[in-house]
Amino acid sequence: MQRTTIISAVVMGLAGLFLVFRVSTGSMGKAYVRATPQVVDAQHPEGHWQTEAPAAPAEYWRAEAAAPGQQEVRFSWSHTLGLWVAAFFTLAILSFMYCDNPVYKVAESVVVGVSAAYWMVVGFWEVIVPNLLGKLMPGTIKAWAMPGLEAETEWVYLVPLTLGVLLLWRLSPKGGWISRWPMSFIVGVFCGLRLVTFIHADFLSQIRNTIIPLTVFSDQGFMFWDSVRNILVVLSVLVCLVYFFFSIEHKGAVGKTARAGTWVLMITFGAAFGYTVMGRIALLAIRLEFLFDDWLWLVDPNGKRVVEEAASLILGSGMVG
Amino acid sequence: MKRTVPFLIASVPGFVLIVAYFIPPAEGWGESVSIWFDVLAAIAFILGGGNLLKVHLRKIGKQDTGWAYSAITVAAFAITLIIGLTKFGVHPNAQFPDTAHWTGQYREVGTPFWWIYEYAFVPLTATIFALLAFYVASAAFRAFRARNTEAVLLLSTTFIILLGRTFAGVYLTGWLPDALSGLRIENLTIDIMRVFTTAGNRAIMIGIALGTASVSLKILLGVDRSYLGSGDD
Amino acid sequence: MYELLKNLDRRWIFLMMLLCVSVPILLQSRFPEKPTGLAQAVFDEIDQLEEGDRVLMAFDFDPASEGELGPMATAFSYHCASKKLRMYYMALWPVGPQMIDEAIRNVVETDFPDLVYGEDYVNLGFKSGGEGVIKVITTDIRQLYTTDALGTSIDAIPMMQGVDNIRQMDLIVNVSAGTAGTKEWVQYAVTPYPEDLRIVAGCTGVQAPLLYPYIPDQLPGLLGAIKGAAEYEELVMSKYGEDVMAGIYSEARRRMGPQLIAHLLMIALIIAGNVIYFTDRRRGGR
Repeated sequence: MQRTTIISAVVMGLAGLFLVFRVSTGSMGKAYVRATPQVVDAQHPEGHWQTEAPAAPAEYWRAEAAAPGQQEVRFSWSHTLGLWVAAFFTLAILSFMYCDNPVYKVAESVVVGVSAAYWMVVGFWEVIVPNLLGKLMPGTIKAWAMPGLEAETEWVYLVPLTLGVLLLWRLSPKGGWISRWPMSFIVGVFCGLRLVTFIHADFLSQIRNTIIPLTVFSDQGFMFWDSVRNILVVLSVLVCLVYFFFSIEHKGAVGKTARAGTWVLMITFGAAFGYTVMGRIALLAIRLEFLFDDWLWLVDPNGKRVVEEAASLILGSGMVG
Repeated sequence: MKRTVPFLIASVPGFVLIVAYFIPPAEGWGESVSIWFDVLAAIAFILGGGNLLKVHLRKIGKQDTGWAYSAITVAAFAITLIIGLTKFGVHPNAQFPDTAHWTGQYREVGTPFWWIYEYAFVPLTATIFALLAFYVASAAFRAFRARNTEAVLLLSTTFIILLGRTFAGVYLTGWLPDALSGLRIENLTIDIMRVFTTAGNRAIMIGIALGTASVSLKILLGVDRSYLGSGDD
Repeated sequence: MYELLKNLDRRWIFLMMLLCVSVPILLQSRFPEKPTGLAQAVFDEIDQLEEGDRVLMAFDFDPASEGELGPMATAFSYHCASKKLRMYYMALWPVGPQMIDEAIRNVVETDFPDLVYGEDYVNLGFKSGGEGVIKVITTDIRQLYTTDALGTSIDAIPMMQGVDNIRQMDLIVNVSAGTAGTKEWVQYAVTPYPEDLRIVAGCTGVQAPLLYPYIPDQLPGLLGAIKGAAEYEELVMSKYGEDVMAGIYSEARRRMGPQLIAHLLMIALIIAGNVIYFTDRRRGGR
């Protein structure tokens, strides 16, 4: 048997035993919901319907301690299943760090499908319905999906509708060339937006931001370190710009200046790498927090399972759901 | 015709947007173009989904290697799409409680679409990005070599930033007197960012701005027509 | 030892990273945070606003970057709600509305139940187009936003009365994970209208260095990565939080524990890699 297989089997076996123990003692992986009646009125004193939002386990235990058998905060099978599905997906993706495996591939396939569909749903309900269909047939959209909509018909929106249909023609086996028209529109708009903006914000403004006093004075007099800082900023920008000037050969004085520019850029990239590391680790931390807190109940930084002493006495009598 | 019309479609809105910056009465045209662009961006999401479906259905049809995973992708896509578009399990808008469920919020908490977001989308996307932490560690061990002056500068700066942005920096150099406080790692970090990182990124930003302006102008004037494709179809 | 390091399977490195992040989480390690200049600048920009001032809360991030940016969004919402500012939430990212929903649910509805939707805060939702959206809403917000995220007509929302465009906002508070994000807000909103608009932002570690050139003229304050979030949390909770280490308002400070250990691991790995490199060179292996 391969060593990786043996290691995988041992790790999964131990993990499985741990999970069985924790689940059997009721010490992990449960989700609760708070049912809140919506739109309560005289004809519907219990509300037109109820929404179920996630609730902390401690909320459930407190509610049970106060009124045993209450239904306002209750155990939820669907949310508990979801919690275990989320934990499974998290571990499936993390398993790739050990080796590529079918479980990871399944998770990867699911994320591709769900992400694409999620974006489509968002785009449809947030933009296409209110900002395209709602402009072309406001009466129909108001009656169907947006009773709060107050708009007049604007036939000019036939233009983006037409461009949109042409864009979707890209999927057709024949006539896909017509999709270049809306693509050209997108390219043209990007160019038009960015030409002036980049010149304004990233060129002129940056030059202006670099014109700073080389000798800094304040109420306390001459500020030596602030002046040194400003001089270094101006010099660093200039030497970096010389480095990027490839029309002149980097020899002699220009070469030395460009070399200094390289050094400044290396410091820039080193700082960028440091910040990038910082970012990546925080992303891993939140996933491990989910596993240790929400799923395994090993830590409780947000106090979701902290129960007052009185309730814990009642819980000790076996009332925990 | 096949290249002239799309060139004009690109050029005219682009120049309208530029003119709108400088001639206030033309601002309304610029606004219209931007709004059409925003709507088209949403339709592009549909194109993305449709393309995904096309690629994976082809793979399933041809029974290429890994077609079973494509089937999973298509199934996940279809389930999420149908539940989301039909607002399955969604309640009506609270302000109009006697209307149909179509008036409700598609991402209402507790509904099946919300369940897919909370228990599938979030853990999957977040964990995929979390993998980068492992790769950055592996890359640091295998690739970061102090081969020359520039590499030493880069690595030294990395060390200062990594220490300075945590409590380690405070702990290691906190003993330095106030007169030398500028040499404390956390203060060195701030100075590196304020001086060298700002300067380096500013120079890069200026270069990118000039490049963007140049490429945009070339596209709008028709000098660069690469976005129109080869013209063979 | 040299041979062991030279032929080290990268999965051992992965395991080391996993342990360096897991153990501090399990031990709930925390370290003191001393806010620096930029976090203080962000805090001061928001703190100097008066009750009733309008703040555009642009949450342009998704679950993939929630680890870094979630605590910023939470702290921004808490700070603005504490000062009773009028909060206008919107998103340029498709999953941004979910981030807004969480901030409203976990902060505003939970800890500020006296704030009224439509009068103190409103969720305008997501619109596609990135910089195109910013371009439109700086002149006429109603061209894109006809209803809020809940389907209420914009004109029926009290706090939208008299708001024709975002130039009437007193401050933009942006939480950004990439494009479209802080860079686009600076380029398309703040730079063209410097008299009308100011912005403070929180961004990922990857983005932060790229935004430094805008500081301070175009971007007065910036929270970079989880450290920036932790510093800002410290400032907000010190002034406005009754229990400074309570639950969701100490997420960023909690995550600094794993950061410290993981950073030390990174430094050790770089040093180890270079030890192998120089040993190889000395032995003539290269």
